[in-house]
Amino acid sequence: MPAVERPLIYANLRQPGYTVDIDCYLRHGGYDALKKAVAMKPEDVCKEVETSGLRGRGGAGFPTGMKWKFLDRKSGKPAYLVVNADESEPGTYKDRQIIYKDPHQMLEGIAITAWAIQAKQAFIYIRGEFQHGAKILERAIVEAKAKNFLGQNILGSNYSCEVVVHRGGGCYVCGEETGLIESLEGKRGYPRIKPPYFPAVLGLYNCPTIVNNAETMAQVKHVLAFGGAEFAKIGIPGDSGTHIWGVSGLVKRPGLYEIEAGKATFGELLYDLCGGPLDGRKFKAIIPGGSSTKILKFGERFKGKLPNGTEFDWALEDIPLDSNSIAACGTGLGTGGTIALDDSVEMIQALSNLNAFYAHETCGQCTPCREGSLWLSRVSKRITTGGGMETDVPLLLDIANQVAGRTICAHGEAVAWPVQSAVPKFKDEYLESIRRRQRGEEVNGLRLI
Amino acid sequence: MSLKPATLSQADAIIGQYPHKRSATMPLLHLVQEDRGYINDADMAWVAEKVGVTPMQVLEVVTFYPMFRREPIGRRHIRVCRTLSCALRGSYALMASLEKSLNCKRGETSADGNFTIEFVECIADCGCGPVVQVDHAMHENVTPDKAEAFAAKIRTSLTDTNYGKTAPQPGTPEWNG
Ligand SMILES: Cc1cc2nc3c(=O)[nH]c(=O)nc-3n(C[C@H](O)[C@H](O)[C@H](O)COP(=O)(O)O)c2cc1C
Ligand code: SF4
Ligand code: FES
Repeated sequence: MPAVERPLIYANLRQPGYTVDIDCYLRHGGYDALKKAVAMKPEDVCKEVETSGLRGRGGAGFPTGMKWKFLDRKSGKPAYLVVNADESEPGTYKDRQIIYKDPHQMLEGIAITAWAIQAKQAFIYIRGEFQHGAKILERAIVEAKAKNFLGQNILGSNYSCEVVVHRGGGCYVCGEETGLIESLEGKRGYPRIKPPYFPAVLGLYNCPTIVNNAETMAQVKHVLAFGGAEFAKIGIPGDSGTHIWGVSGLVKRPGLYEIEAGKATFGELLYDLCGGPLDGRKFKAIIPGGSSTKILKFGERFKGKLPNGTEFDWALEDIPLDSNSIAACGTGLGTGGTIALDDSVEMIQALSNLNAFYAHETCGQCTPCREGSLWLSRVSKRITTGGGMETDVPLLLDIANQVAGRTICAHGEAVAWPVQSAVPKFKDEYLESIRRRQRGEEVNGLRLI
Repeated sequence: MSLKPATLSQADAIIGQYPHKRSATMPLLHLVQEDRGYINDADMAWVAEKVGVTPMQVLEVVTFYPMFRREPIGRRHIRVCRTLSCALRGSYALMASLEKSLNCKRGETSADGNFTIEFVECIADCGCGPVVQVDHAMHENVTPDKAEAFAAKIRTSLTDTNYGKTAPQPGTPEWNG
């Protein structure tokens, strides 16, 4: 059966004539879920989200209800809600659509979440390059306040919440939640050490803070609209709701496809929805969930056991699009930003392109990440420019192995994983790239670095 | 050159949005940069005083974030995404063509002061690559074959007196910027 989409988050914004103003949103049932939430006790709203099984959409897939439970309510300090709209993981462009085309959907989720955790102040940390996006959100906040969905005494209650849009400055590491918090405090975005700085306990201004992704906020709106138990029926047990697959790179129809969790496979996504590879090309690999997730190679077999005990033996095309299945294949669903590579791509150039990204984005606090990312970038680049040696291939792996697990934040893993996953799978091709240049052969085709 | 009165008068409202003044550091820096085009030492001293930190602490912030500039740039700021999704769609070839058409090397400002061209990292529009942000506007699917026409459009915009002044309409590069 060919894959079908099930737009939930994108249902409205895809309709022709749908606009960002609050009247349009209200005509589409907007803020009804907030009304429902405010009529409930905050702890019951938290329970709905827990029942829903919703997992965060920022990349790590952490259960949202559980995160909210960790919020330190005993300290007596004010709680903050921080919405991560930094969208900076390469290959990821799903939150942009919500911000630019349906800002009220996200704001409604923010209002519901703020009520649930009783935060009186929320911040939307939006990447600095989204200049107009920030303005769209600011305008939407003014509209929502005018209708009493945000601001003072929301919907006639004695609960108030202000939302402020805060623009970043073009740093990937400020998408990491503690780097984001430092940045929001007016400092360099240096990630903090956990423990003790778990945001739910010592977050913004050392107060209990919930950091959630922009799309997670939009999903929360639907959790309330459906009710937790009904929402849990969308998708599969352990991964509820829809995933937005943002496919980019070398496919016929790059784009955003919203699919019920687990209800299609990579093959269906890439062939049915994206139209397959470009004419005359063959798929070679995908990076499934943003550039930091481990690469999958076409032709590989994936064998193992799912958490529920089911054994599987899949080709890449057979892997179901849910977080458990993808994790069982040794990578991650991440942000759903799938980058497709075909047989025209020289893999060492693709790796070098990503290595350059991480070398540019390391904040420099941890020696392994700072030095490792730079060396990975230099070594892979020297291969592409003809100065490589065969020993460079194991060297890449060796450097990556010394970064992962030895750093303050997960940027270290982001640096290491592309290399750790690609070197074993494409070693022969890398060696051939080195030898070809040693022989003085011309390297034609797409330049990626 | 000092900052515009409109810029100065917005500062207190911005600071007032935050429980702690220091959080207003980046918003004030954005404000200054939008006014002047870059951030100078006097601006940093002004921001420092406003948010109650030392000028050095503001400098630390300015130097950490790639978007903040300490030097003036060209009249058109052209940012080409170089990260993988866009590269797969030809951003390196696009960059080479733009450098030639606009007579300006990447990372530099053209001799006539008209253009600054840079490679930037992923700007979250990966499905429409290659993407190019020109000042306030986001241009999608700028494949290398369109480079010359694209460069010509940027050049023409130099004489457009309405440039950057019209309200963005949904679906346009200005809206997506
Ligand atoms: C280097 C790095 C960059 C990240 N960038 C983002 C980002 O741009 N947007 C985002 O939502 N989460 C990002 N994250 C994940 C956040 O740290 C955090 O897990 C997430 O915002 C939590 O939201 P969720 O629970 O709703 O998924 C990043 C993590 C790391 C390590
Ligand atoms: S892992 Fe890298 S990005 Fe994260 S804190 Fe350390 S140096 Fe900075
Ligand atoms: S890779 Fe160019 S916008 Fe993401």
